[in-house]
Amino acid sequence: MDFVLNARIVSVPDLPQSTLLDWLRQEGLTGAKEGCAEGECGACTVLLRKDHPTGSQYVPVNSCLLFLPMLAGQEVYTVESLAENGRLSDAQQAMAKAGGSQCGYCTPGFVMSLFAEQYRPGRTGPCNPHAMTGNLCRCTGYRPIRDAALSLGPAPDGPFLERLKQPAPAMAGFACGGFERPASLPDYFQIISREPDTQAIAGATDLAVEANLRDRRWPLLVSLEALPELRVFEDTPDHVEIGAGLTLTEIENRWASAPPVVRDWFELFASPLIRNRATLGGNLATASPIGDAAPLLLALDARLKIAGVHGERWVGLDKFFSGYRKTVLAAGELITSIVVPKPFPEQARFFKIAKRRMDDISTVAACFALDLGISGRITRAAIAYGGVAATPVRVRIAEEFLLGKRWNEETMQEAQERIAAQLEPLSDHRGSAAYRLAMTQTLLEKFFVEQEDGVAV
Amino acid sequence: MKAVGQPLPHESARGHVTGEALYTDDLLRRFPGILHAWPVMAPHAHAAVVSVDASTALRIRGVATTLTAADISSGAEGDTGPNRHDEPLFPSEVLFHSQPVAWVLAETLDLARQGAERVVVSYLPLPAVLTIEDAIATGSFHSPPFHLQRGDAASALAHSPHRLQGELRIGGQEHFYLETQCAIAWLDETSGVALHSSTQHPSETQEIVSRVLGRPRHTITVECLRMGGAFGGKETQANTWAAIAALGAVKTGRPVRVRLPRRLDMVLTGKRHPFLARFEAGFDDDGVLQAVRASLYADGGWSLDLSEPILWRAMFHSDNCYFVPGMDLTGYVAKTHKTSQTAFRGFGGPQGMVMIEDILDRVARTLDLPPEIVRRRNFYQEGHSTHYGQPVKDAGRITTIWDELLGTSSFAERRLAIADFNAAHRNRKRGIAITPVKFGISFTATAFNQAGALVLIYRDGSVQVNHGGTEMGQGLNTKILQIAAQSLGLPLTAIRLMPTRTDKVPNTSATAASSGSDLNGAAVVDACDKLRATLLPPAAALLECAAEAVRFENGQVFADGTDRSIEFVKVIEAAYRQRLPLFAHGYYRTPEIHYDPATGQGRPFYYFAYGAAVAEVELDGFTGDTRLLRVDILEDVGDSLSPIVDLGQIEGGFVQGAGWLTLEELLWDKQGKLATNSASTYKLPSWPELPPDFRVHLLERAADPSVVYGSKAVGEPPLMLAISVREAIREAVAAFGSGGIIEIDTPSTPERVFFAIERARPRRLSVAPPKAEAAQR
Repeated sequence: MDFVLNARIVSVPDLPQSTLLDWLRQEGLTGAKEGCAEGECGACTVLLRKDHPTGSQYVPVNSCLLFLPMLAGQEVYTVESLAENGRLSDAQQAMAKAGGSQCGYCTPGFVMSLFAEQYRPGRTGPCNPHAMTGNLCRCTGYRPIRDAALSLGPAPDGPFLERLKQPAPAMAGFACGGFERPASLPDYFQIISREPDTQAIAGATDLAVEANLRDRRWPLLVSLEALPELRVFEDTPDHVEIGAGLTLTEIENRWASAPPVVRDWFELFASPLIRNRATLGGNLATASPIGDAAPLLLALDARLKIAGVHGERWVGLDKFFSGYRKTVLAAGELITSIVVPKPFPEQARFFKIAKRRMDDISTVAACFALDLGISGRITRAAIAYGGVAATPVRVRIAEEFLLGKRWNEETMQEAQERIAAQLEPLSDHRGSAAYRLAMTQTLLEKFFVEQEDGVAV
Repeated sequence: MKAVGQPLPHESARGHVTGEALYTDDLLRRFPGILHAWPVMAPHAHAAVVSVDASTALRIRGVATTLTAADISSGAEGDTGPNRHDEPLFPSEVLFHSQPVAWVLAETLDLARQGAERVVVSYLPLPAVLTIEDAIATGSFHSPPFHLQRGDAASALAHSPHRLQGELRIGGQEHFYLETQCAIAWLDETSGVALHSSTQHPSETQEIVSRVLGRPRHTITVECLRMGGAFGGKETQANTWAAIAALGAVKTGRPVRVRLPRRLDMVLTGKRHPFLARFEAGFDDDGVLQAVRASLYADGGWSLDLSEPILWRAMFHSDNCYFVPGMDLTGYVAKTHKTSQTAFRGFGGPQGMVMIEDILDRVARTLDLPPEIVRRRNFYQEGHSTHYGQPVKDAGRITTIWDELLGTSSFAERRLAIADFNAAHRNRKRGIAITPVKFGISFTATAFNQAGALVLIYRDGSVQVNHGGTEMGQGLNTKILQIAAQSLGLPLTAIRLMPTRTDKVPNTSATAASSGSDLNGAAVVDACDKLRATLLPPAAALLECAAEAVRFENGQVFADGTDRSIEFVKVIEAAYRQRLPLFAHGYYRTPEIHYDPATGQGRPFYYFAYGAAVAEVELDGFTGDTRLLRVDILEDVGDSLSPIVDLGQIEGGFVQGAGWLTLEELLWDKQGKLATNSASTYKLPSWPELPPDFRVHLLERAADPSVVYGSKAVGEPPLMLAISVREAIREAVAAFGSGGIIEIDTPSTPERVFFAIERARPRRLSVAPPKAEAAQR
């Protein structure tokens, strides 16, 4: 396979389940480091050049979570390419000058995330330090790195800026041993009818962790990245349709009119490096009880469009999860899009309880949504949780109780009691059952109090 | 311009940002034919190893060999224990979950792992001791208890107007250096064994490799290029991986790489010790302590490692900045079937300090006094000695720093504003706290307080500096560069810092105990002093002046009192032609320190580093979520050798300490397996833990003339400034209630904060009380 690495075409032997990181380091490009091999630390960050309405953009991603064949025909930049003729890029200069490196091991990753932020199309003002929330540093405490970000102005003229005027390389069909990337849904179904043992793969932010940490290997990975059917985005008066293959970042960029509950949720979903690869379809199809998309989409009454060899069908998200990490998807079926109906609820909040506020896995995630009729009585109620059962859940018994009631403290408390009676969360290293059960209730109260007063008190 | 004291970025900053700075595992391609290693790990926390059949691994193509007890040659000892030899490389009894019992070497890492899966080991599971409480109940300890006493604590307690007693669980901490453990070993051109090792202690790595191979140390050379973080985690615990690599290289004749991926590093290497503290305190109506009697239980894990000196340091720091007339401390190292807990920034000091700060907050709340008033009333004053008999040098700085920081942080005004905020908010409360730090500087093992250096001047005037310290990101080499440039009067560019090697400076101490620049810097100064003395006569002759008038500065040599000067390189050439030696060794040993380990009395520390921090937090009463709003720090670093480096140590240490106390939680399951064994389950501080308002200042007019260039150590002390965050959280929790003691174990995760709030303010909500936790500490 061929791809562009640091502005040069390289040809590599087919190594289907080697990661890009391992391959880069074998080639002597050791600037990208392995710190965790699961996309948490960002020490392996590299840039992809991807589409943008104005041409293209640099997208920072974890190279430990990319299987090498996924790069076929793509364009990758590593830290070794940033300095031109010995002259450091702005991001490098700023990090060095500010004291942004101590042990230096995480530094190339931070530099890559910061570099991409400086070159982000349409950016104005200083760089946003939160562009680096997918990078961990154990030495500095982040202050000098924040200062480095805040010191950067517009991206300077030069080949890196010039390149962004060009469209990104297309995502074309590709096949090599152990890996195929069909260019259409019919092609996909042809492959899976031909090959008995395939694994669909999109952003790989989950599967690559399975490979790196749990040594899983697959006879044939079938990438969904080139399927146009999974990349639709449509915002109509009736609904929003989101292609299952869009990354979280792409959704955030395209969904300009997203309601506040969705905006809040984007920031709490993993890290930028993960959002740049993870797809909404993948987050739902893995059926993790602690996936962050499900509680939000459950509360928004989302439906899934599912395609199989024999055609399409629709499934409400509340009917999608059939057990711990199980869904109603039949063998060979794919989620192609997620449809969120309109109107959106009048009041809705998404909450995430975790040890760390950003880039952590939920102990409990909750999404509440309400409509109050003209009479002041509740006409729509959704109470959805992750992390409290084998699957993401809606607490119907409490929702039904709420319908027709006035939204006051007494109602809220009675709903809390119904929630507590219904749920039986487990204890694990993220939190005890008692804490989880408490959170299912206090978060509803938080929703009530902070809605009522308009501000948090 | 003075080189020392200049605000320079890290000496390798350019290499860091370009990716050109190399770490041990980046060298892989330089070793063609290198073999990769993977351990065979026991699935039990405690078990007898009945049999090991490694031959099955060899059936996999690409597996080169296995390493078992049979590979330890006669005359060698297959044990890596640094003090007590209690760490067999190939154990007959498994003492912690995932302990390696054999290793497989193969052409690729994946093949080595597959080979390790094939090795057949038969175990007889045995009951495991997994908590400090279990260890106490079963009498499982590594050593007899330690005692440290002053005065008659029992009598003082009995006569105190007020008494309290309590218990506190202090969690451990994973180092999570971004670069995991790594070593590469190969046979050099002269049949010696050479290693690149990510180690804080190359001499000890050399010693352990020598022991395991049964070869004298002069046949072993260990080099440490740089480390991607260490924090104490590579002080002793780099040795095992180097030993395996060396054993494999000798057996196969090929280079061998042992690198622990994160998932192995987390389950195989030791952490900061979890502690259990049980204490009683007696105090008067003003909150002045009369006596503290406490038992400190450190969870040492499966082997002794450094647990004894760590426990000593905890006991030495159980006073923090406070004069306690009656002290009665007993320390225990619990032996549990967990990873062997080890050095971690602060080395026991933080646990001792957390306990005494916990006590002082309880004293204040018992008397309904502001904690900052109670703390100040208990400070050491000039003339006081510690409970181990050491005069508190510069004790007045504690109060000086405290009062200055109270002012610059607007503490009193903010306290009032917080009271207003709390009155206006039912479900969000803020808290502010100030805590001090006094940290003893020196290895408590007196012999370790020595260092060497080797400085070489070449005929073109360029200089190589070797010393025994290692660079792990703390900026030691930046400081050494500045010290050497200052001492020789050369520009920084004339000096090259060399990787640390055991064949340049022998018998070095670990780079640890915050002592790196104090010890190695002084040794470099000594070497440079010798070189300047050598160069004075030829320089004076060339400049036609008296030797006393010769001054070395910025690459020139001046004759003071004249306008004559000459290039440094000319003096060097003259010295060469006069057949004068252009290299010198330097040596330093810390004066005046001593202590008796039998009684714990003496002067274990050369001096104390001081500091204080104010932290302000806001808690969410619905969730226990904590936000750090603002932090003010005043730290005594003497005359800073390198202000950017020192600032980096203070800020970084503080955030790391805040992580330990609020976020980072180690949990083991009922089988003794680490449940938080990855970056996705063990959470380091990230961007939200950076205080949005972070003000750090260095104490002015603080030179310590007895230390190199008037500086003071800075590596560890700032970590303990983060105790202010924990105390601010307790203050904010208290604001939910109406008085009384606030009990909360560390780390104060949202869950612990939530239940602490629930205890302070029982609410109408039907929240079930916490049941026994499924996972354990």
